[in-house]
Amino acid sequence: MAFNYEKYLRLEKMPTLWCWGCGDGVILKAFVRAIEKMGISQNDVCVVSGIGCSGRFSSYVDFNTIHTTHGRTVAYATGVKLACPDKVVVCVAGDGDALAIGGNHTIHGCRRNIDITMIVINNFIYGLTNAQTSPTTPQGMWTVTQKIGNIDPTFDTCELAIASGASFVARETMIEPKKLEKMLIKAMEHKGFSMAEVLSNCHINLGRKNKMVSAMENLEWIDSITTSKKKYDAMTEEEQLNLFPLGILKQDLEVREYCDMYKDIQDAHQGKRAKITQDDFKKKI
Amino acid sequence: MATREVISTGNELSALAGVDAGCKFFGGYPLTPSSEIMHEISDLLPKVGGTCIQMEDEIGAICAVIGAGMAGVRTMTGTSGPGMSLKAENLGLAQMAEVPLVCVNVMRGGPSTGLPTRVSQGDILQSKNPSHGDYKSITLCAGTLAECYTETVRAFNLADRFMQPVIVLLDETIGHMHGKADIPTAEEVKAGIVPRKKFDGPAEEYFPYKCEHDEPAVLNPMFEGYRYHFTGLHHDKNGFPTEEIETCRKLIQRLEDKVALHEDELESYEEFMMDDAEIMIIAYGSVSLAAKESIRHLRDEGIKAGLFRPITIWPSPAKRIKEYTDKIEKVLVVELNIGQFHSEVQRAAARLDIDGLFKVNGRPISPYEIVNKVKEL
Repeated sequence: MAFNYEKYLRLEKMPTLWCWGCGDGVILKAFVRAIEKMGISQNDVCVVSGIGCSGRFSSYVDFNTIHTTHGRTVAYATGVKLACPDKVVVCVAGDGDALAIGGNHTIHGCRRNIDITMIVINNFIYGLTNAQTSPTTPQGMWTVTQKIGNIDPTFDTCELAIASGASFVARETMIEPKKLEKMLIKAMEHKGFSMAEVLSNCHINLGRKNKMVSAMENLEWIDSITTSKKKYDAMTEEEQLNLFPLGILKQDLEVREYCDMYKDIQDAHQGKRAKITQDDFKKKI
Repeated sequence: MATREVISTGNELSALAGVDAGCKFFGGYPLTPSSEIMHEISDLLPKVGGTCIQMEDEIGAICAVIGAGMAGVRTMTGTSGPGMSLKAENLGLAQMAEVPLVCVNVMRGGPSTGLPTRVSQGDILQSKNPSHGDYKSITLCAGTLAECYTETVRAFNLADRFMQPVIVLLDETIGHMHGKADIPTAEEVKAGIVPRKKFDGPAEEYFPYKCEHDEPAVLNPMFEGYRYHFTGLHHDKNGFPTEEIETCRKLIQRLEDKVALHEDELESYEEFMMDDAEIMIIAYGSVSLAAKESIRHLRDEGIKAGLFRPITIWPSPAKRIKEYTDKIEKVLVVELNIGQFHSEVQRAAARLDIDGLFKVNGRPISPYEIVNKVKEL
């Protein structure tokens, strides 16, 4: 039976403002299929988006939705989650949102390991505002702010999340929606901060000046810069240099989630447990 | 009214007020001279099942507070001028999306890092328009220790009534002042809580932003089956982005009118020895304490001075000010800035001859400085 997207979409908001062939729609569909498979009620989900093309994600899906200021998804989501710890809170951010203006919130969301799933749609460019350099734009590519070729070094979203303490980190592309859907389910099922990076296309604003004028050409490029984690791990450092590994890159089931830990603070203040000391933690420094 | 006597500081009383008023979430970032609010509430909130989180920065703090407010709980943050500057953009979103919250600003010397540990009242104009765009701020200003408590409580009720941020201004002097105060009992405060309006009809008939031209949005708590959308963009009755001309105009006009047409619900001021006053001193916050002292001295010398103290600073009690300035020739505004409220008094009075006594070196104004200035008038 065909999947009933209508249940989850705000159809009166269609068509989306996304360009023809944009990957955002593929990611949106994978997300709602993941929610359906997990059997979560729409009432129990909050989707928080930022600014940029991905910022419109929240207005198209029929959940409790927040369209925040640029870069602040994780901070808003932190407030929602701490107010209602038993609900599912999902951030959808672009590469500019998550890694540039909102980098600090991303880092500290990962560090706290608060139970939020952060979907970062990385299309390697500021798409909505017409092709300015993003923290993930490859060096040497054309951007409207570096027309002679971008010199700015890049961030690796997943490496950043791993280093910052996220307990679940994974990456997929929008080329393979089934894998993407599975990754989103695992990310949302995981209790803790889940970083789910999705590489996507922007043939309009990344592609048109970088020899990828069609969506297909842009996707072929994404395909050429990605490989499975298994293959990646078997490679030499030199071979790994220009590739992103796909799949689950980190999952730590031991580390405690933030709302859960905060319960200890409440219990201690209410006399239900002793004060929290270093002995409560495996990692001491 | 049932009261209790406490010995505390202004900052700590503000924190206590939050908890007594039903606040369940505090997001903050350390910022002198406001930090004691977070120090205190980090102990108080978990006791009542609430949450206090020290966020990674001032922006994160206000965003988390707005997020919790969207989820449906009473929320609060505390900061000072530099933090207000950083919070400005998101305070704008809370104005636009009509999310209630209380933001306490303990004023210190500015601009920039300024004088972190010294007193100032330099954020009066900032508190009127912290963010870009058109909206009407509600700003309350505590002038006594007890008011650090009562004005914070009032701020929570006003935030839910008007569905927007309410700023409570303390200043370093009053925030750090330590002394005795008579404040309402927690039971009294609890009994006076007026929670935000809630729609309880069928979800398909719920339009959070469909309201009368002068009324705030009705925002149900999240996760209760009324799914809608928050955005900082211009939005329609459902909260979804729109650029439709009339909808945009009506929205911004409503943000203005929901406050402007209900100023009577907000007005609050104190008049001290104003009945026969021939000289009117206008002062607020900690400066009003020095002003009262100066008036006692002046009265001893036969000079009939009185004090008008705005408690709700924005919207300002302009009508009441004008009633006085129409009758009283000599008017002196005393404040720890270069005439920020003075300009409002001139506007309200429609007079350009209002006198001012201003100080911006981080030190309080003494009663004698005011006495001397009054004698010069």
